Amino acid sequence: MSTLFEKIGGEAAVNAAVDIFYRKVLADHSISHFFETTDMAAQHARQKSFLTMAFGGPNNYSGDDMRTAHAPLVARGLNEDHFNAVAGHLQSTLQELNVADELIAEVMNIAGSTRDDVLNR
Amino acid sequence: MPNIYFNEQAIECAENESVLDALIRHKIDAPYACQAGICQTCMLRCSEGEISADAQSELKPNLRTLGYFLACQCKPQSDMHIELPDSKQLYVSARLLEKTALSPTVTRLRLQTATPMYYHAGQFINVKRHDGVIRSYSLASLPSEDPFLELHVKRMPNGDLSNWLADQFEVTDSIDIEGPVGDCFYSCETTQQPILLVGSGTGLAPLVGVLRDALHNHHAGPIKIYHGAFNQQELYLHQQLSDIAAQATNVEYHRIITGEMPEEIVLKGRGCDQALNDNPDLKGWKVYLCGAPAMVKSLQQRVYLAGVSMQDIHTDPFETRDMHKV
Repeated sequence: MSTLFEKIGGEAAVNAAVDIFYRKVLADHSISHFFETTDMAAQHARQKSFLTMAFGGPNNYSGDDMRTAHAPLVARGLNEDHFNAVAGHLQSTLQELNVADELIAEVMNIAGSTRDDVLNR
Repeated sequence: MPNIYFNEQAIECAENESVLDALIRHKIDAPYACQAGICQTCMLRCSEGEISADAQSELKPNLRTLGYFLACQCKPQSDMHIELPDSKQLYVSARLLEKTALSPTVTRLRLQTATPMYYHAGQFINVKRHDGVIRSYSLASLPSEDPFLELHVKRMPNGDLSNWLADQFEVTDSIDIEGPVGDCFYSCETTQQPILLVGSGTGLAPLVGVLRDALHNHHAGPIKIYHGAFNQQELYLHQQLSDIAAQATNVEYHRIITGEMPEEIVLKGRGCDQALNDNPDLKGWKVYLCGAPAMVKSLQQRVYLAGVSMQDIHTDPFETRDMHKV
């Protein structure tokens, strides 16, 4: 019985998805200001960790990490709409890569489970 | 709070403070430049204590083994005894073979080391004067063709080392160098991949190295090089690049004069946008961006949005300490 991470294609799938996903996020002016930093390579690496987690891969995320990391963004106005926009870009990235619908649903479930921590609720 | 002992002087390091920040806060004169873990000028040696992994991840294995680490990337968790690098371990001496003014502000230095240095054109080295002042300079030479290391030194407004190199460092004099460092070099997976090279000022030095290395490797895909300079005189390799473009059918050379643009555009890092406007779809390209940090950072994001994969974007922002002072 293989895991979601294996079914979706493992690290190669993450590598294929991260460029497309981060590009969509940066091009979306309703959320790009949360993602623009002086160190673009580091931000790109962070998106890769996030996708690995959402794909059910090995990761070190905890709910508390999520809260701490996003608290400054919440203070700057990060809200439900922004979260949904990012989730939408994740979904369309996976569709673009022709990932099967049932796997996309599983990924969106994992991503959705972080909502309260990300928004510090 | 952990203590750091610098030459046996105890210095308290605040929580989440890097070794470099603690040294600066205590007004200790340690070398540094970029403060971002790139230039490696702040390298120190730890004789006792634990080094955080981040502070060594970019160093060569032999330097790691010897206890070297980057002070700007090291946040001590426990006491550390540290010292300045042992020059004999880290630096080699290089002799000046030739010094030529290429423009009113740019001087070309050609150096020779006793044993040839293994490097890729476009990487950089750290140059250390006898009094300990260190600055980074990119390598414009090609190891397979040039029997010397070539640097392009631009006079900085408050440039301690750059003006000294241009005015007082003479042929047959020696200076200490360390390196090479960085991933800004020719590394295409196929010889067909299109390459975009954009440099402002002496950001051209690593790019001409990459360009020559690409041609040396019989690169067949298109190579477009854009040089941004304040005025015509500062297009300091105009003849050489025109000649290369005339000989190699896949090479295009474009000039950008930034002095004719509104200053605000240049300060925002948009002085070299022509490179992107000419090539709006960059999917599958390899891109090298070198020179003014504002330009490098602005174009990095814009070429990424234009379709370049993150791993195909090589940047070398010339962060200098002298610029921070201005």
